[in-house]
Amino acid sequence: MKITRKDVEHVAALAHLELREEEREHMRQQLDDILTYVDKLNQVDTSQVEPMAQVLAPSRADAALRDDAVGPCLPRQQALAAAPDADETFMKVPKVIER
Amino acid sequence: MDLTKLTIAELQEQLRKRAVTAREIAEAHLKRIDERDPQVKAFLRLSPERALEQAAAIDRMVEKKQPLPPLAGVPMAIKDVIATRDVPTTAGSRILEKYRPPYDATAVARLEQAGAVILGKTNCDEFAMGSSTENSSYFPTRNPHDLERVPGGSSGGSAAAVADALAVASLGSDTGGSIRQPASFCGVVGVMGTYGRVSRYGLIAFASSLDHVGPFARTVRDAAAVLQVVAGRDSNDSTSADVPVPDYAAELEKPVKGMKVGVPKEYFGAGLDAEVRAQVEKGIERLRELGCELREVSLPHTDYAIACYYIIATAEASSNLARYDGVRYAFRAPGADSLEAMYHTTRGAGFGAEVKRRIMLGTYVLSAGYYEAYYLKAQKVRTLLYQDFVRAFEQVDALVTPTAPTPAFKLGEKTNDPLQMYLADIYTVTGSLAGVPGISVPCGKSKAGLPIGLQLFAKHFDEARLLRLAHAFEQSGGFDL
Repeated sequence: MKITRKDVEHVAALAHLELREEEREHMRQQLDDILTYVDKLNQVDTSQVEPMAQVLAPSRADAALRDDAVGPCLPRQQALAAAPDADETFMKVPKVIER
Repeated sequence: MDLTKLTIAELQEQLRKRAVTAREIAEAHLKRIDERDPQVKAFLRLSPERALEQAAAIDRMVEKKQPLPPLAGVPMAIKDVIATRDVPTTAGSRILEKYRPPYDATAVARLEQAGAVILGKTNCDEFAMGSSTENSSYFPTRNPHDLERVPGGSSGGSAAAVADALAVASLGSDTGGSIRQPASFCGVVGVMGTYGRVSRYGLIAFASSLDHVGPFARTVRDAAAVLQVVAGRDSNDSTSADVPVPDYAAELEKPVKGMKVGVPKEYFGAGLDAEVRAQVEKGIERLRELGCELREVSLPHTDYAIACYYIIATAEASSNLARYDGVRYAFRAPGADSLEAMYHTTRGAGFGAEVKRRIMLGTYVLSAGYYEAYYLKAQKVRTLLYQDFVRAFEQVDALVTPTAPTPAFKLGEKTNDPLQMYLADIYTVTGSLAGVPGISVPCGKSKAGLPIGLQLFAKHFDEARLLRLAHAFEQSGGFDL
């Protein structure tokens, strides 16, 4: 067994994900199956291999940079429109700081 | 004349000689959707006002004898992971059920500037995570060739819409095969360009080092016409490539004789359905008859691709999906009395089972103590998979493989076994990890009448050759809608 119930609860807490009691054992089994499968990567010798984060097109070093100039951006009202709770200025959330 | 069975060039010819109006074309498609989509269920939402407004604009251009843009009046469908201004964009998830983006994705904006008529948003696996469209939080889409079977996924709605002539072309997204595999299952053409070829601005992110936007169409020529419009640098996407976009239509006319095409032996091993093998082998013979030079090549790390992919994709997903926290995007679970509790309950109630599984797996492989063993290891194996392709392309111009190991499977067949579902992507994830362009093109049918797709890969940014080869292949076999 690669992953325990306690691991599942720990990872769910890290991911800010509430799992119902009946979801937890099922999740444990499925993650265990998948982690057992991906273990096959250990058959590959990667001691001399560099990791790769992304395949990027060869281009100018500064291709991803733009001039630091102010451009058009979303009006505040539109940016706030999708928030489930907002006033004219801010998105609102439950109390963050306990006294 | 049935307006829903025409190619882009045929539609434009009809418009130009004023035999039909863009409005009539749009209405014919909306009517067909009305008749057929209750069975196929390709669409999550229609946008008829927006479609008819655009059609009217095209008709005014025709009236004034203005030159028509390249996709004038072409009815298209957009996968619901791609943002459309003021039109709900849910990614197939409950957590975005009420979300209306305040902007259009660059690909959508470019399509409309080119005259395309957006009919609506198509169903998909939740956050594009799946291979059957059964992970949609709303309903499954069905394969138009057999309603008991899946259309593939995750872009199942976009593939089914084009296959059933509910749209002339559509946009999907491909992270590990989500355009090519449903194209294969539905008997249409699906293109994933090189990583960075098409802007992802406005694509709801799943795995950013793998995500692509790309077209579905019924012919290679039509797919090329859509790719032409959406490809190219976008200042809103820093990963979009500053590489010139050739004239794909002109490239289609060039000869394929003498083109070197590799057959990677690892794609024809155990697990490949006998009927798929037979059709793809016949397809390879057709390439030989077209004058291509076939040779066996090896991509030795192919067997590790699924494991590599599911670590990298889930790790990136766990990070990308952190933004769905009940603060910004329309859904918040009620009753939480602290910020922390609100995050947990909102995400617990808003995400479906597969998305939760992937967030958990991704969080696990990135967590302290496991990062090196899983995530870093997978990134190193990715380097080897990438080098496999680079080496193969030192010997050949293109690669030919099956797109998927089987034809479309039945609804419910794989839903209880996530690992079996993941293996449906076994021949497509390799190209995604390597960032090379790929296409699935119909190559025949099973005895039961289910479409089978043939996949081609080409070098980075060599979509021109990829499309040319696919076009020649399609022309050699006839076009059967």
